[in-house]
Amino acid sequence: MRQIFVQGNEACGLGAIAAGAKFFAGYPITPASELAEFCSKEMPKVGGYYFQMEDELASIAAVIGASLGGLRSFTATSGPGMSLMQENLGFAILAEVPCVIINVQRFGPSTGVATRPGQADIMQARWGTHGDHTIIALAPASVQECYDLTIEAFNLAERFSTPVILLSDGALAHLREKISVYDDGELEITPRSAPEIEPEKYLPYRPNEKGVPHLSPYGNRHILRVTSLIHDEKGYSTANPTTARCQLERLETKITGYQEELPQAKCYGSKNPDAVVISFGISARAARQAVHFLNNDNFEIGMMDLKTIWPFPEKNIQEYCSQAEKVFVVEMNRGQLTGEVERILPGLEVIPVLRADTQVISPQEIIEKIKEVLR
Amino acid sequence: MSESYSFEDYIAWDRLPHMWCAGCGHGITLKGIAMALADLQIPPHKALIASGIGCSGRAGDYVTFNRFQGTHGRTLAFATGINAACPDLKIIAFLGDGDCYAIGINHLIHAARRNLNVAVIIGNNRNYGMTGGQFSPTTPQNTITSTSRYGKPEPEIDMCSVVAEAGASFVARTTVYHTVELFSFIKKAINTQGLSFVEVLSPCPTYFGRYNNLGNAVDMFRTLKEKTLPLKDYEKLPHEEKEKFFWHGIKVQRERVDFITEYNNYAKRLQANKGGEMS
Repeated sequence: MRQIFVQGNEACGLGAIAAGAKFFAGYPITPASELAEFCSKEMPKVGGYYFQMEDELASIAAVIGASLGGLRSFTATSGPGMSLMQENLGFAILAEVPCVIINVQRFGPSTGVATRPGQADIMQARWGTHGDHTIIALAPASVQECYDLTIEAFNLAERFSTPVILLSDGALAHLREKISVYDDGELEITPRSAPEIEPEKYLPYRPNEKGVPHLSPYGNRHILRVTSLIHDEKGYSTANPTTARCQLERLETKITGYQEELPQAKCYGSKNPDAVVISFGISARAARQAVHFLNNDNFEIGMMDLKTIWPFPEKNIQEYCSQAEKVFVVEMNRGQLTGEVERILPGLEVIPVLRADTQVISPQEIIEKIKEVLR
Repeated sequence: MSESYSFEDYIAWDRLPHMWCAGCGHGITLKGIAMALADLQIPPHKALIASGIGCSGRAGDYVTFNRFQGTHGRTLAFATGINAACPDLKIIAFLGDGDCYAIGINHLIHAARRNLNVAVIIGNNRNYGMTGGQFSPTTPQNTITSTSRYGKPEPEIDMCSVVAEAGASFVARTTVYHTVELFSFIKKAINTQGLSFVEVLSPCPTYFGRYNNLGNAVDMFRTLKEKTLPLKDYEKLPHEEKEKFFWHGIKVQRERVDFITEYNNYAKRLQANKGGEMS
């Protein structure tokens, strides 16, 4: 390992290269552009590709195509681009194509305030594309986590054969911190290869015991059939109700059945909390500092900094909050995650601590809000 | 000895009958693709049919080789990634006029500009067949469709010219009546380095033909025979006569390096330069 001083966007790029990414396709957008610029410079050096596509629809499409050819692939964008990617995100979910999408969230909706951060794409990440589905979404809260969780995102994408969203934001993207990174080749990566079964017997969408298919990269002797339609194990389209139901169920359970494999929340503060603060991303930085100050002031507050946002870590939160009376949710939007916390903690008082005005939430305002409620 | 393939090896016979209507031209084009692959002896695992949404999009359901079916209009964008990852895979994009010329025109123009190494075969039946015969960018002005009951108020577009201007290596047009030419153009398209584009005029007797009283499938095939002229003859026609005919033949055939080769050469130069900034 070595230490370097970089910004969040670069850390994501470095994480991707460390994770074996060989293909980036994107379209310039604030505040994610440094990631495209980084990839344009670094990908050709590692035998990879940087393609600047005609729009975000094409960017994620090219990423999916490259992944089906066996390359670890990713894209990076922000709100408006993320909106354009929703259709093909749904494609990647249904066709079970591993890929990573980094959403450097900015203040929305629409063009919003392009240069200011936001955390308001939480529900878009969950439900942005149409139809029943499950998604994995991770949220880094530091430049180090931008690096670590990008690597994790690539590994999870392959493990679950599904797209993974990394929810960064405009503040984290441009924050500079010292981080530890792997030396070249230190992190061993096994590229997706052809299955061991004989080509004649290969069924691209036959799931393994964990419900995950093995998509043989195009060009191997194993014929790969991929379609946006509901399909059978051979990859031919079908409208059979049983196949459709089973496919939807499997797309969900292949992920929700293995939630313990997803990055776990980091917990700080009091061991016996009577109040809990739940936060994520850049907000969690401010919240953590607030909890630290309050506990020095004789409060008993615990804190969960969520690393996995989706699937929502219900059990972990319920367990952690089992002794608490009040739960504060700190986020930079109008209460998207607060609603989820209320849903899974009936009977507990859930208090939103929100900021949605283009500015990063401060420890001071969190402290004030918590004191106001607890005193 | 290597294996030898006939066109039958590329068709998934157990998947037939197909869902295309009687008299549709897409089956002829699909057979043309299978025959071209067999003639070139391309192993099924080194061939990919990439399609979009619409009638032509179902082609992948009837083949034994690799299949990709994406979202509406985006096929060539997906193919850009596939081509980078698998440069030796022969990608045949079989697309419709609605899919590729309306919602997907942006990607077609940019794929042609980059000269992506893909054979684009368009089944141009001049309407959206799958959704009930609505007008497409190649539906002629003033004709009747399910969304132009009083005659289409918009003009049509000549995509062969657009793709030629954008930079494709090979541009040709033929019809499902001219099966020998169709087969030879598809073969040329697959063998071309860079983007090759073959527009295949194809009847839709179920919708476009029925709405415009163009007769049954046989009548529509006869029209393809009688109303088409080789490009060089077509060009000699006076302007007002041209509107009555379609041309068929090769419009562009040129040597141009394809996108992925160009990119890989760029990366090699960069690596030779020890990763330094390029001047």
